[in-house]
Amino acid sequence: MRVPARLYSRGLSLCIPQAPRIVSREQRFRPYSTHPPNARLNIPTDFSSTPLLAHTSQTALRNPELPPEVRNDSTKRMNLFQSINDALSLALAADESVLLFGEDVAFGGVFRCSMNLAENYGSERVFNTPLSEQGIIGFAIGAAAEGMKAVAEIQFADYVYPAFDQLVNEAAKFRYRDGKEGRHAGGLTVRMPCGGVGHGALYHSQSPESLFTHIPGLRVIMPRSPIQAKGLLLSAIASNDPCIFMEPKALYRAAVEQVPTAHYTLPLSKAEVLKEGKDVTVVSYGHPLYTCTAAIEAAERDFGISVELIDLRTVYPWDKECVLKSVRKTGRCLVVHESMISAGIGAEVAASIQGDKETFLRLEAPVMRVAGWDTHMALLFERFNIPDVARVYDAIKQAIEY
Amino acid sequence: MRSQKYGARLLRAQSAAVQPHLRFSQRWSSSISQKPGAAGVRFPGAVDSKFTSAISFEQPSTYPAMQTYRAMSPDGDIISPTVTPPSDSEALTLYENMVAVSIMDVIMFDAQRQGRLSFYMTSQGEEGTCVGSASALEKEDVIFNPGRGRNMPVHYGSKELNIHTISSPLATQIPQAAGAAYALKMQRLADPNIPPRIVACYFGEGAASEGDFHAALNIAATRSCPVVFICRNNGYAISTPTLEQYRGDGIASRGTGYGIDTIRVDGNDIWAVREATKRARELALTDGGKPVLIEAMSYRISHHSTSDDSFAYRARVEVEDWKRRDNPITRLRKYLEKKGLWDDEKEKDARGRIRKEVLKAFSEAEKEKKPPLRSMFEDIYEEITPETRRQMEELKGVIDRYPEEYNVGEFVGGKDSLSK
Repeated sequence: MRVPARLYSRGLSLCIPQAPRIVSREQRFRPYSTHPPNARLNIPTDFSSTPLLAHTSQTALRNPELPPEVRNDSTKRMNLFQSINDALSLALAADESVLLFGEDVAFGGVFRCSMNLAENYGSERVFNTPLSEQGIIGFAIGAAAEGMKAVAEIQFADYVYPAFDQLVNEAAKFRYRDGKEGRHAGGLTVRMPCGGVGHGALYHSQSPESLFTHIPGLRVIMPRSPIQAKGLLLSAIASNDPCIFMEPKALYRAAVEQVPTAHYTLPLSKAEVLKEGKDVTVVSYGHPLYTCTAAIEAAERDFGISVELIDLRTVYPWDKECVLKSVRKTGRCLVVHESMISAGIGAEVAASIQGDKETFLRLEAPVMRVAGWDTHMALLFERFNIPDVARVYDAIKQAIEY
Repeated sequence: MRSQKYGARLLRAQSAAVQPHLRFSQRWSSSISQKPGAAGVRFPGAVDSKFTSAISFEQPSTYPAMQTYRAMSPDGDIISPTVTPPSDSEALTLYENMVAVSIMDVIMFDAQRQGRLSFYMTSQGEEGTCVGSASALEKEDVIFNPGRGRNMPVHYGSKELNIHTISSPLATQIPQAAGAAYALKMQRLADPNIPPRIVACYFGEGAASEGDFHAALNIAATRSCPVVFICRNNGYAISTPTLEQYRGDGIASRGTGYGIDTIRVDGNDIWAVREATKRARELALTDGGKPVLIEAMSYRISHHSTSDDSFAYRARVEVEDWKRRDNPITRLRKYLEKKGLWDDEKEKDARGRIRKEVLKAFSEAEKEKKPPLRSMFEDIYEEITPETRRQMEELKGVIDRYPEEYNVGEFVGGKDSLSK
């Protein structure tokens, strides 16, 4: 069994297509996590005003990464699951070789990402599989090896492990071992909801991205917003390398913005500088970027500093140059992610910074990692485990006071 | 929770059923209902099951073992009325192919013993299954089996022959074969000019214990994939005899459980394997596509690999017995001799010629330079990443500074291939 009852009760219901509910996170999360009455830092993200989302059509279309024809086109208000649905629909429409499958995908998916796709593109192209993750990924690799674009869904990232052998030993090595024959499983894209959602506990909260970044041959991507999810997912599907596409499920309904309606892609393995600054570099990806934004606002106000915020977008192969360039300028860096500290993405970023001769000399403080503790995601303790605004704020403070 | 979900689905279906204003077509396609006085309730999980008031467990022992299809007797006589062996010239080619495999096996096995290659696996006793089934496939069919420079020896692959490159993890290719078969089916649906194709997927009875076997047969059945699964049941997985591998009636008995048409054949009988594969191919292409399972029974005469001494776990006499008593090559030879197509002299000539060809190819391969060091870093992704380029440079720097520590001369282009 996959979906905790609470997810249903919160509107992530099965069977009933729903219009996006535009409610603040504060309203929606109240029954489960109230913030302390005197909290100044740890207050829930207000998704309706965060600068990370394009609240108007103009902001959405100003993105210089979009091609001119897309920038002259229209936008539509979408949340993250709708933008993923839009991307999947465009991919299915554009290329007959695109297949979409997984557990419960046909009726729209337990998170509604594949809504109406089976109806529109046929049950031969959008279909349910038996409940077997190793089967789903093995099947997808075979289809990709024969020239299809296989978009496979793993219902929760927490359940990808039965397919680990197929991903590590097969998908990732397919091109390499085929050598001059030139065949590959690059048509494979594996989508999986990841990350904490407030009450997912041990098996509905995991962020296993680091397990995939240790595998040559896979691209590991995590978007932070609807615009990104659409562009990066279309890139992943178009890519000739197997891609692991991790969707922060807490953002499925919470993150709403104006999304260009046209087909567009965003570059893989390229980080994005979300905000320029000169004193500290904050590196993150996915959901914690909202936490970072709030912490940076508070820190800049309190300490009179300026902080640079970088979204990695693709966590492997990652845009090392972008991060090194920033840290050479600021001399201080912290890395923020949900998954556990040890051997996480932060370890790789920190090691790369100290391992680069030029950047090492510019360091004015140790590289800090703000991440999940080295434990499991216990139901009642989630808010003490996932990096919050106070912890990021505190790390920025320590970095500048060092 | 999953059951809760389906429970919710059922509830919806049933409430729709009691509302007379709703048309039947508006009900879920999976909806079910109980008719008064019916012999069975149509439980969604087994709609054709009848009720019984007698309590009894199904016992595997009450079912006879699945029969083994044989087309040719050990003396080389055709015994199946429905089998059609190929033309004389094709039969001779198939025989020579089997002999060629066995000769190459001996030469490569010895070469490994002399340290001239790192590893080898022979196919003694199973030439009939491979050659017989392959002869029933079309050239366009895709083959998955359980490498060069990057991969270990015997990890072959050929794009031209539509044979996917072998990987060491067992059974991983079985669900891949199902997915590949689904791709072939979809491609033909999109373009009817493409000839009908199937996927043939080979694996041993040991690999069939892996979860991927289960995953594959199930998904191949539910998605109606045109794939023929060919299990080579040779009695051993390295040292493990089948008694420790499974307790059911081999692999074949599992096929019907997945809703898959299944046959067990005598793997030492090339015509039985060929005929079964030919029929399986036709079956796999009917009704828009469906999977078929063939279990070919044989005996692994050889050691598992060059890293194995099988006399540590089985009697030499048992092996010798199989080698002499029932062997796919000698059985086909008897058939050819009875037809007056073969004799001792032809055998001697053929063996001499094939041996020479294999030795020639072997010495040519030994003289070839190894691929450039650069290829260690290529094909990880479609393009080499900037990080990998830096690492290539780094390796070149180490070789530059410590030239005595590395033999780079045997690789095409030496260390220079590592330059950006």
